[in-house]
Amino acid sequence: MKKYITDFHVVTNEQLSDRLFILRLTPADGTPIATCLPGQFVELRVDNEPKVFLRRPISIHRVDRESNELWLLIQRAGDGTNKLANLRARDLLNILYPLGSGFTIDVDDQVKKYLLIGGGVGVAPLLETGYQLVEHGAQVSFLLGGKSCAEIAQVAQFRKVGKVYITTEDGSIIEGVDCQRGFVTQHSVLREGSFDAIRVCGPGPMMMAVARMVSCWKQNERPHFCEVSLENKMACGLGVCLCCVEDTKDGHKCVCTDGPVFDIKDLKW
Amino acid sequence: MANLSTNIAGLTLKNPVLTASGTFGYGTEFSDFIDLERLGGFIVKGTTLLPRQGNPYPRLAETPSGMINAVGLQNKGVEYYITHIHPQLASLKTNVIVNLSGSCIEDYVEGARMLNEVETIPAIELNISCPNVKAGGMGFGTRPGMAAEVVKAVRAVYKKPLIVKLTPNVTSIAEIAKAVEGAGADSVSLINTVLAMAVDAERQRPVLSTVTGGLSGAAIKPIALRCVWQVYNAVKIPIVGLGGIMDATDAIEFMLCGARAIEVGTANFIDPAVTMKIIDGIDEYLDRHGCQNVSEIVGALKV
Repeated sequence: MKKYITDFHVVTNEQLSDRLFILRLTPADGTPIATCLPGQFVELRVDNEPKVFLRRPISIHRVDRESNELWLLIQRAGDGTNKLANLRARDLLNILYPLGSGFTIDVDDQVKKYLLIGGGVGVAPLLETGYQLVEHGAQVSFLLGGKSCAEIAQVAQFRKVGKVYITTEDGSIIEGVDCQRGFVTQHSVLREGSFDAIRVCGPGPMMMAVARMVSCWKQNERPHFCEVSLENKMACGLGVCLCCVEDTKDGHKCVCTDGPVFDIKDLKW
Repeated sequence: MANLSTNIAGLTLKNPVLTASGTFGYGTEFSDFIDLERLGGFIVKGTTLLPRQGNPYPRLAETPSGMINAVGLQNKGVEYYITHIHPQLASLKTNVIVNLSGSCIEDYVEGARMLNEVETIPAIELNISCPNVKAGGMGFGTRPGMAAEVVKAVRAVYKKPLIVKLTPNVTSIAEIAKAVEGAGADSVSLINTVLAMAVDAERQRPVLSTVTGGLSGAAIKPIALRCVWQVYNAVKIPIVGLGGIMDATDAIEFMLCGARAIEVGTANFIDPAVTMKIIDGIDEYLDRHGCQNVSEIVGALKV
């Protein structure tokens, strides 16, 4: 897939919580946003912040073709993301994209029911993934986890695409949504759902817990595939610096180009 | 339009801009952003005789104006490069230079002998300065005697331009440069990364799996300029300057200090198209200063 270096204008920067915000961006020259696969990411150049040297890799949350907007759901984690959180409408942002291999879109009679599991800011790539899966005829459900409901972003957006299930550690609930107390691996939908494919993005321990749970299921109850999206620290995003490697069953693989999406059967988890 | 072409020990470059090993993959990763054939050349990822898995993750620490890496020469080996990767690059109308590393003299010699046979590889950069491998690597580049020994052995089997990449992690880089010049190097490139360390205070642990690594990026430019200037005043062979070059002005500073060509490294991560801007920027500078040839600014520093 061809990659681009493009200046985007900030359309809006909406603070969702203390830590989460959404940037809506559009190419400054008015050209259409390039084709992006779900699960791919962008690298943002953070200007005028002396402590930040490298670009920041951020998942693609949504490509809204109608408004020609790229949405990025970002969590404040340090100097780079703090600077991004302060961007205002009309500010320019230099973006290298689309990067990585993304989730496979594979929908047929065998693989139709998808469960997309997200935790924290890891819900970000699941929205575009859901939209693209539905376009390909899949039936999509989301299972989103967080410490509390306030920490689970974009629930209303997810509900436009598929059924939403939630787990919260504090037991808080959202009206009209199937909320259960605990971790995502404890939600009853996992036992009742019989999903053909599972995609996970969230904190490492959460993804590992899902992977372990899935591999414990009986052969005939297991999904056809279970993919996770990793976020190893990276510099280039192009597969040349070799910093972001994951030690897979097939040796060191670059998360930025061989991933960020990996099938759990290829990982050493 | 000034004449940008330059010459490194018999290797003709259409302009002085090369890319640094380990920051440019095998070139093709950048073909969406730049015309590879506009480059003076590019230096492919550090290659060793036998394949290497490299160091465990984490391999990266971001630091003020720079980054520390601990990749540890992950590569598929010389034979794989020659049979699988190089054929895809061989027809490019630019210099595809191989960076060769090793952990013992025999490995360097065997790798150099194999690369010497490939007609479309016009030169090698001998890496005696990698800080991220346990055996060899920088060990060869920190003592004049050892540096001379490995260069002499490679020189005996390698018949094309031989560029030797030097480490700044020494008391006197000029002494090392003189030693490799005496042993038959055609050119020296400098500097490799600066030995460095990053600490995670909250976790009370080193950031890198290897504890120490190599610092690159804008932070090391002043060290690199000093090294180039010292070596320029110590040897007669041409110098390729690198270390923290982020734009054309940085590149020109290296040339004023005596570099006949330059390598762009870490800057490729931040702007994958930066090399084209540097070529244009050098051209514009030469016009502005009334220079006909890029060679007019090499070592032109008024001290």
